[in-house]
Amino acid sequence: MLLTPDEWEVIRLSLRVSGVAVGGMLPIAFGLAWVLARTRLPGKLALDALVHLPLVLPPVVTGWLLLLAFGNNGPVGRWLEAWLGISLMFRWTGAALAAAVMALPLMVRAMRISIETVDRRLESAARTLGASPWHTFRTITLPLAMPGLAAGAVLGFARSIGEFGATITFVSNIPGETRTIPIAIYGALQVPGQENAVTRLAVIAVVLSLLALAASEVLTRRGGRGSGLV
Amino acid sequence: MFDVAVERRLGDAQVRVAFASADGLTALFGPSGAGKSSILNMVAGLLRPDRGRIAIEGRVLFDSAAGIDLPPQQRRAGYVFQDARLFPHMKVRANLLYGWKLAPPESRWMALEEATDFLGIAPLLDRWPRTLSGGEAQRVAIGRALLSGPRFLLMDEPLASLDLARREEIMVVIERLRDELRLPILYVSHDSGEVERLASHIVRLDGAC
Repeated sequence: MLLTPDEWEVIRLSLRVSGVAVGGMLPIAFGLAWVLARTRLPGKLALDALVHLPLVLPPVVTGWLLLLAFGNNGPVGRWLEAWLGISLMFRWTGAALAAAVMALPLMVRAMRISIETVDRRLESAARTLGASPWHTFRTITLPLAMPGLAAGAVLGFARSIGEFGATITFVSNIPGETRTIPIAIYGALQVPGQENAVTRLAVIAVVLSLLALAASEVLTRRGGRGSGLV
Repeated sequence: MFDVAVERRLGDAQVRVAFASADGLTALFGPSGAGKSSILNMVAGLLRPDRGRIAIEGRVLFDSAAGIDLPPQQRRAGYVFQDARLFPHMKVRANLLYGWKLAPPESRWMALEEATDFLGIAPLLDRWPRTLSGGEAQRVAIGRALLSGPRFLLMDEPLASLDLARREEIMVVIERLRDELRLPILYVSHDSGEVERLASHIVRLDGAC
């Protein structure tokens, strides 16, 4: 199946939006997962709820909240505009932000579980063998948590690729800027006689999702090789 | 050798111990729940005593009065746990060399070949920890501790998870550590036979003191 230039543009944009969303969110998601898994912060429950909000809110509401905060008149949006000259409204960066926020809960959940499953007694053993906390983190905690971290990233990527509601609310449907695969499908559905275009885009979406699923499977398997405490 | 006087509240229990011992193997002997493992953890630096002092061969590791509290990686303890705690994502060789690589060269006193000969684990070097039997894993764990260049050993019921034949095998290794390498050993057990055979000095702990 040969793709048209328009379809390529949609795919490229989707991949870029999702890649930036997941790449940018990765350290934040990991930090949140770490705090939730390892610390005894007083406000942990509230933080947990806040992180999960995009999972339970209607995506349209999340998009609207982003609009309020990051829109040109929003407090954050005005600040970004004034100090950095960045505007997220109707830009692909805004689409990436929406995708990142929607992917956050899934990423944090997967990462939190993987951090929690790392046996802390192994970390103690490393410390007695002469490892500093940072060296222990790098050589023991991180490698043991890696399959779950990677799975979290893939899950977030898949979620970003499929993101629709928050994106269209926040940054609308602009060809080459915010028209990702789901938005292109929705747009095509609005026009009579575009069934063929819809089918092609849907097949692309299915293929990308399957690839992401396969990637997460491979990563989990590879990580499982040496695991199991002896 | 060991000069330990510490106390620490753990939940409702108060762990309190004071002992000084000469050469050889000092056994902490008592029922489960007497806080034996907690004492080893305090000596290793994994658990902070509420107050007290820990010195080994004149070297102060912890002294609440003087504000001294060395982090675990500076205490040079060779800790052998009940469950070998080998790193599951590293082969036996990498497990053995983990502490060796971190030790300053001048504090290493054993090479990989010496350790593998001493413990008879040379054939295991390229295996994954999960493929080892309990006795093999425990010997690798002892090797890993020795290779980190420790000044003393802490052993927390190293025989508890082994069957009778493996127990004998590890016991012989421990006797050789005590007699040939002359390492000070602090050894935790609730088995009187084990303690009588191995210990040069016994510290009895009652239940929750």
